[in-house]
Amino acid sequence: MKRLLWPLLVLAALLAVNLFFTPSFFSVEMKEGHLYGSLIDILRFGAPLILVSLGMTLVIATGGIDLSVGSVVAISGALACLRISEDGGVFSAVVLALGLCVLLGLWNGFLVAGVGIQPIIATLILMVAGRGLAQLIADGQIITVNSPSYKVIGGGYLLTVPFGILLVLVVLGVTAFLTRRLALGVLIESVGGNAEASRLAGIRSRGIVITVYAFAALCAGVAGLMISSNVSSADGNNAGLWIELDAILAVVIGGTSLAGGRFSLGGTVLGALIIQTLTTTIYSVGVPPETTLLVKALVVAAVCLVQSPKFRDKVFRRAGPRSSPRPAAEEKVRVTA
Amino acid sequence: MTTAILDRLGARGRSVPAKYVPVLVTAGLFVAMFVAGGIRYEGFATGQVILNVFIDNAFLLVVAVGMTFVILTGGIDLSVGSVVALSTMISASLMAGPGWPPYLVVPLVLLIGSALGLVMGYIVHAFDIQPFIVTLAGMFLARGLCYTIGTDSIPIEDPTFTAFAQTRIDLFADLWISPSVVIAVVVVLVAAYVLHYTRLGRTVYATGGSEQSALLMGLPVGRTKVAVYTISGFCSALGGVLLSFYMLSGYGLHAVGMELDAIAAVVIGGTLLTGGSGFLLGTVLGVLVLGLIQTVLSFEGTLSSWWTKIFIGLLLFVFILLQRLFSARRRT
Repeated sequence: MKRLLWPLLVLAALLAVNLFFTPSFFSVEMKEGHLYGSLIDILRFGAPLILVSLGMTLVIATGGIDLSVGSVVAISGALACLRISEDGGVFSAVVLALGLCVLLGLWNGFLVAGVGIQPIIATLILMVAGRGLAQLIADGQIITVNSPSYKVIGGGYLLTVPFGILLVLVVLGVTAFLTRRLALGVLIESVGGNAEASRLAGIRSRGIVITVYAFAALCAGVAGLMISSNVSSADGNNAGLWIELDAILAVVIGGTSLAGGRFSLGGTVLGALIIQTLTTTIYSVGVPPETTLLVKALVVAAVCLVQSPKFRDKVFRRAGPRSSPRPAAEEKVRVTA
Repeated sequence: MTTAILDRLGARGRSVPAKYVPVLVTAGLFVAMFVAGGIRYEGFATGQVILNVFIDNAFLLVVAVGMTFVILTGGIDLSVGSVVALSTMISASLMAGPGWPPYLVVPLVLLIGSALGLVMGYIVHAFDIQPFIVTLAGMFLARGLCYTIGTDSIPIEDPTFTAFAQTRIDLFADLWISPSVVIAVVVVLVAAYVLHYTRLGRTVYATGGSEQSALLMGLPVGRTKVAVYTISGFCSALGGVLLSFYMLSGYGLHAVGMELDAIAAVVIGGTLLTGGSGFLLGTVLGVLVLGLIQTVLSFEGTLSSWWTKIFIGLLLFVFILLQRLFSARRRT
């Protein structure tokens, strides 16, 4: 719980800033049987980022990273919209798009675990080629679809709550159950802590790594459907652009170490919400939206510095003597086999 | 196919040290692409086509040189594209608004780029935060600064600047290059000298090979890490100046995704991403291969621009696989 303290404080501070500028910020009201309000909007527009970040969390927990999620977002949206515009079958289009995403994730996992390429490079391949693939599927056009049932995924409501939020809750629930109630989470953390040692301990690290990349791609695929359905069109060039960086950011803000070996799903959700709230805050406070990136950079720098043990040592040592030295657990021993 | 090449190279292994093989493969690929293009398209196999690749990619070459330094130490710099954009933006706005002369603007831009690199390098070194995250923040910061200066494209109309940008340097037999190419070549030569013949260069390789060993040997690892990010920042700023010669405008959306092109060029050039092994010549060849892909696609005419991305992805895949096979072979 202590690990979630910093992200929680940041989120609370951001919300407080909003309350100061818009007193009605926390009000949630019912209109025509739907929930409306700034908080609901943050959740709704943040839903794709939360999904992508969840997948990213597990990948980072194994000591990897997935740069290709943004491209997968574009591919999934493009393929689904293409199928719908051709024959209109929403269900088959969604299944096909998600199937392709899982396939792409398996490819990433194969490169990392099967061939043994560094994750950042292995996924860089799909990040570059995937953008081209998305444009190839869409033939360089922006495909617009007019399908009410497809619109539900990103813009619809179920039981007064936006459908996207429910989707995120379901994925979050399933992931939390699989990783925290079953042994899978411990296995993922052990692979991230030391892949060689866990292999010697009898864990099939290869299978786990491949599963994790496939899961990340599936999450990105669902996020892609959400984004494209929300605007009823697919843009191979711009859909999901830079979402991989936002997702990595969300994971890091949430306290998951990029070195792997431990992860926090709750922290990731908080991290993604912080990023989305930041964007909303910038709009509501009246700062020109062009400066979003600037503010984001400052927040990232601040969060990373606060989380760095060396920085805390340097800054807080002057304030008072600290008895606890740097924990030895932070040091990671790299095993090169 | 790759195994066949490997076997052939392995047979010659005694005469060619393994560390040169990736560079040779890239050089072979470049020649093969050029020959194939020359056979397929009329007017392709001329010297000017190669020079045009240099002219169109001079800025990428300079940026990739900086990236090579960083990657050789085992780090990565994601901020280069944004620093390039920031440089074009600052030079354009200073020349358009207050009407500063270029000989003041260019040094200032180079100074800002180096300072950004210095700060990022210091944070990486002093606070032990992954280069990936630090330079990611730097990327957001520089892009954000661009948009803060202005969201529209600013044209550059300074007479000295445009005159320099439009200068042609005639070589023999109707061949010509732009002054940017000369600057890029000078940067490459200086960087190659620094990497291979100075103490800093040796420390860069040593740090990338094994940071722990380099520290135990008493090498100034921290200073070197700060230095490589500063060099990369300087190169990005210079790349930005060259890009503003090429585009004659400053725009916050210039050079989006250039960090990926630079990383791809370095990888295709045979530099190991874990650091410690690679050559600057490889990076030059990597940039040339990327440029030649675009030339081939423009000669082909019917293929759309997204095929560039797919081809670059495929090339990355093949070269990383090659690297992997070689490092596996070396260990056994």
